Amino acid sequence: MIDPVDFLLLVKGPLFVWALAIFALGLSVRILEIFVLGRRRNFAEPRAGEWLPGLRTMLTRSVADPGTFQRAPFNVIVGWIWHIGFLIALLLFIPHIELIKSLLGIYWPGLPNPIVDLVTAVTLVALVASLVHRLTHPVKKRISTFEDYLVWALTFLLVLTGYLAYHRIVNPYPLALGLHILTAEIFMILLPFTKLTHIFTALIARWYNGASFGRRGVQS
Amino acid sequence: MSGLHSIPVRVESDPGPHTEHGNAVPILHEIRHALGRLIESDAETRIDLNAIPFGPGDEERLVGLLGMGEVSASVEALGPTRVQETAVPGVWLVDYRNAEGERLALHLEVAAIPGILRTQREDLDTAIAELDARLQSGQAAPRLES
Amino acid sequence: MTVTDKTLGERLREHGISRRGFMKFCAATASMMALPPSMIPAIAAALEKARRPSVIWLSFQECTGCTESLTRSHSPTVEDLILSVISLDYHHTLQAAAGEAAEAAREQAMQENHGEYLLIVDGSLPGPDSNPGYSTIAGVSNYAMLMEAVEGAAAVVAVGTCAAFGGLPEASPNPTGAVSVMDLVKDKPVINVSGCPPVPMVITGVLAHYLTFGRLPELDQYHRPLAFFGQSIHDRCYRRPFYDKGLFAETFDDEGAKAGWCLYRLGCKGPSTYNACATMRWNSGTSWPIESGHPCLGCSEPRFWDAGSFYAPLSVPTDASGETLLAAGAVGAAIGGAVATLARRKVKTEAASRQPVTVEELEQKL
Repeated sequence: MIDPVDFLLLVKGPLFVWALAIFALGLSVRILEIFVLGRRRNFAEPRAGEWLPGLRTMLTRSVADPGTFQRAPFNVIVGWIWHIGFLIALLLFIPHIELIKSLLGIYWPGLPNPIVDLVTAVTLVALVASLVHRLTHPVKKRISTFEDYLVWALTFLLVLTGYLAYHRIVNPYPLALGLHILTAEIFMILLPFTKLTHIFTALIARWYNGASFGRRGVQS
Repeated sequence: MSGLHSIPVRVESDPGPHTEHGNAVPILHEIRHALGRLIESDAETRIDLNAIPFGPGDEERLVGLLGMGEVSASVEALGPTRVQETAVPGVWLVDYRNAEGERLALHLEVAAIPGILRTQREDLDTAIAELDARLQSGQAAPRLES
Repeated sequence: MTVTDKTLGERLREHGISRRGFMKFCAATASMMALPPSMIPAIAAALEKARRPSVIWLSFQECTGCTESLTRSHSPTVEDLILSVISLDYHHTLQAAAGEAAEAAREQAMQENHGEYLLIVDGSLPGPDSNPGYSTIAGVSNYAMLMEAVEGAAAVVAVGTCAAFGGLPEASPNPTGAVSVMDLVKDKPVINVSGCPPVPMVITGVLAHYLTFGRLPELDQYHRPLAFFGQSIHDRCYRRPFYDKGLFAETFDDEGAKAGWCLYRLGCKGPSTYNACATMRWNSGTSWPIESGHPCLGCSEPRFWDAGSFYAPLSVPTDASGETLLAAGAVGAAIGGAVATLARRKVKTEAASRQPVTVEELEQKL
């Protein structure tokens, strides 16, 4: 039987340093590769500027275009629900704000705990729904890879362990909290090597789309 | 130590009754259930208030809510014990204190009469012998110290 | 001093304590042991028949805070009685004897009550692999004294976080190689009454339980009595409604602090700490750290000294910091930049040296 207190101290101490280091290192490699590799030279005459359309697209792509919404309403709606829920639980829960404050020095007001609790419960349901959809939808089922399921499991376990720790469903508490932090560390370690990098590259990709369309003088 | 007198002292007024911790209310519900049991089946209940997470002011609020009844008694045995009937019949506050007046335990007893007021069966067994001894000697026999 | 043959009931009546007084004693003892009042008749029956055990108290690498905690209880009658009902045959701070006489008394008590005495230990001790010279009593190493005393003991009570888990001496870098009692004693029942110091009534509550029932109470995974250590501070804290509503004090003197809001953001370790402070409180129920406005230190948990700052919230990692992030990010940027630059060069050279290819050649290849 593992010693819960020693387990918690391990994950809060050296393991966190390693996870943070691998995360920062891996992510920097990925992002710098993107920028330094750059784009292929486009010899065609630019019809319009590329920066403004790029920046505009970073915002406008937040809303799915009507065609996408009609073809895949479940993806859009449920996707939005659990993404927003995940972000609320991550960024507006007071203990998390304290964590970010200790690492980055910045902080902001949070939401009352019961609200974050409700949002988390909704997020968990939405995540399960999206897994069921992935397993039953004929196209998604065929194109899903191991990585898709791995990333789903990581995200779901992260939210679930947080929920279990907050409600003290797992005892003793140091074990519950330790499992949540450990899951977060695994999430951080695997992030730069999976599609989770979209957290940081999505905005870059949106800019690129908008810029290349704008250069051709086309609406993006 | 004259320097101490020159340090200004500022008394902070306490926050007052508006800091409600709300921990007194659940006890009242427990008392209600205990009274139900007492009325139905004569089952007595004792609630140890030491084990309740009272914040400052909660105990006063609870005692104030229960009010004062007709009976108050004090028992001198191993230090004073104050027994107070509350305004709710059947609900008694039993405050056990030591010889220095410090609290040992505070019990809420839901009963027709608190246990400590009753004469103990073991004492009754020796009662006749005690009475006889007093009659015989014709003067006060050495009392059992309490 | 030998174990007297009189029962506790007989001794109390000898002291002139009436039946009502005895019932009051049982009520207070039940409260102290965190047992429900419905158990008072059982306690009365057990105490009536209990015999007076010999108790040996060994103090090792400790600050004497645990003894202070126990004796600083304004001598309430019940604790007094407990202490007078046990035969405290050896205790550095409380005994009158010193030197050879004291050691001789200890050895005599151990011999006469072999197999039956209760051994209480406070303070941690240098382990068998460390230099025993770090802590000795009458020229005997703590380790040797403990192992000799344990042989004839019925049970061992490790009082205080130092004896239970190693405590302050064991904190990094642990210069004396300190270990806890539980690390060394494997063949006798060990009960840990942790806390720095433990709530005094918890110590006497455990003794009372042993007196009453002749055995140790139910223990948790850290060998602590569940009656006192089964609930976390967080679950019994009177400020919990504020936590639940999301109302936190952010500094020690802001409006939230004055209104008594939750101290999570000031470093309270209540959620991960298991102790009885929230209900039993200190100084005969006067107050306790959180009620006085200070966050819980988690002092009844193992390695609480090394578990991060007392003023950093529970969610903050103990070793990582913004510098870790920056340093790793910088290294990553360097690597990424280098890899990408090499890739660019490769793309450029290939673009420069590319050969045109016809459709027929492609179709042949594919």
